[in-house]
Amino acid sequence: MENLFAFVVGGLYATALFMMLRRSIVKLVIGLIILSNAANLLIFTSGGLVRGAPPLIPEGLYQPAGTIADPLPQALILTAIVISFGVLAFAVVLIHRAYEVIGADDVNNMKSTDS
Amino acid sequence: MKAEVIIPILIPMLAGALCLICWRWRLVQRWISVVSGAGLLLASLVLLHRVQTEGIQVAHMGSWPAPYGITLVADLLGAIMVVVTGIIGLAVAVYSLATMSRSHEAFGYYPLLHLMLAGVAGAFLTGDIFNLYVWFEILLIASFGLMILGGERAQMEGAIKYVTLNLISSAMFLTAVGLLYGYAGTLNMADLAVKLNGAEQSGLVTVIAMLFLVAFGIKAAAFPLFFWLPASYHTPPVAISAVFAGLLTKVGVYALFRVFSLIFVQDTGFTHGTVLMAMGIFTMVTGVLGAAAQFEVRRILSFHIISQIGYMLVGLALFTPLAVAGGVFYIFHHIIVKTNLFLVSGVMYRYHGSYDLAKLGGLYRSAPWLAALFLIPAMSLAGLPPLSGFFAKFTVIKAGVLEGHWLMVAMALIVGLLTLYSMVKIWAEAFWKGLPEDAKSLRGERDPHLYVLYAPIAGLALITLTIGFGAEWFVQLAMATAEQLLSPAGYIEAVLGGSQ
Repeated sequence: MENLFAFVVGGLYATALFMMLRRSIVKLVIGLIILSNAANLLIFTSGGLVRGAPPLIPEGLYQPAGTIADPLPQALILTAIVISFGVLAFAVVLIHRAYEVIGADDVNNMKSTDS
Repeated sequence: MKAEVIIPILIPMLAGALCLICWRWRLVQRWISVVSGAGLLLASLVLLHRVQTEGIQVAHMGSWPAPYGITLVADLLGAIMVVVTGIIGLAVAVYSLATMSRSHEAFGYYPLLHLMLAGVAGAFLTGDIFNLYVWFEILLIASFGLMILGGERAQMEGAIKYVTLNLISSAMFLTAVGLLYGYAGTLNMADLAVKLNGAEQSGLVTVIAMLFLVAFGIKAAAFPLFFWLPASYHTPPVAISAVFAGLLTKVGVYALFRVFSLIFVQDTGFTHGTVLMAMGIFTMVTGVLGAAAQFEVRRILSFHIISQIGYMLVGLALFTPLAVAGGVFYIFHHIIVKTNLFLVSGVMYRYHGSYDLAKLGGLYRSAPWLAALFLIPAMSLAGLPPLSGFFAKFTVIKAGVLEGHWLMVAMALIVGLLTLYSMVKIWAEAFWKGLPEDAKSLRGERDPHLYVLYAPIAGLALITLTIGFGAEWFVQLAMATAEQLLSPAGYIEAVLGGSQ
């Protein structure tokens, strides 16, 4: 299971980087979306995968019986998803405005502020 | 529960919320922002005093004991950084009174500014590495908003680079946090320090450390990750560039100081001695060479930010008490000086309607006070005694000499000279030479709001002079900070003490 997830995460990172190296800013944003999802999946995997064991404490006990899934990575991912969703919504609006102002979808046309 | 630690975050956050409520009354927003700037400064000074007299202050959120809940910690470094945030927040709030155009104010300049300050203060005070990520995102999203306020073409181009690079850095940060949690099973920084120091020398820890270095290096604009900064920092209105230039990159530097003094000290020969040192030296040199090649005031200043970041990194890389003290002193001095220079460039723009050195001129004759007020931060940046920059550079270089790191010492001295060269270039072109013939006549002379612009500039220059002439006290403070950073036992004890 971990091996499969490792390949998936690696593939997502590679895809994200490939997309971000394209010249189109739309593809750049798609790359960023994939990158943030890859990072979330990586936290999930490295937190340890446990199947079918929710972090619940049976009635009458003070601590869980047996192995349970660690709830913290899921809380972290939830936070990270909310944040990256907000930021990406901003990025989408930004590229729309940039497209309107600059009139091109190509990062090669955005060199006037470089020096 | 220590309220002093939370108040510096709450004040700007509440001010931001109040500004949002008063969306239509811009006058009210202005007053709120000045009052909250002053309040933040006051609260941070109280916090610094507490930390100095009573030791490290810790607040456990929701009363969960340390490794389980989120902890806010104020040690000397954090408290000093919050004080500087307060100073800059107040100065920029006052400066914005006269420079922000109606449309910028109408699109939410003040709420964004305060939310950004809240994010910066939170990043300085948190003791939890995932919480640090959250504060970073808060300050980033507010800064994205500030960056595109006005929506000119240059701003859009700058913003795309700024946003993209910062999002990549956030993803790196998140990756590193995930791997770190998988390895150590905790996210509290003090707890991480304990767990990682007990662990055997592991390659994985160094890999994670390097991921953090890349993530924070992008935010701090260190070589070779700085290209977004000169492309974007000169595009927004000058008050916004000033607060960005002063504070935002230094949040990255602060995070590097925190993480590489507390958590990743297993393999200092490689992480500090090789990687950070090389990064610092190259950052110094490339930044100042970029500045020497530019002929636009704000671009020169933007490249200088990068160059000065190098000095701070070198201070961290040497990793002796004196060097780290020099780095801390440098951060403190640099934030004030750099913000001040950007504010001065805004007044130059008021007079001439341009940032281009070829179109500027004659300011020494028409605005002698401005010339004096430019000279103080400019010469301080170049490191002339007795201004604050001299002591900052002196401490770092002396630490380099004591360690026998001659390459770094030579580079620091050469970069200091080149810094002086580019500051003199601004002086000679903008102040000394006569007004160019084709330039528009000076417009700012009868500007009734000019005193509002001069007040924060003079205030910051006064702080620079105070640091310079009262250097003894500030160096002592920096030494105490460095000792605290280099012996993290006190930090760990303060955070985990109640629970173990």
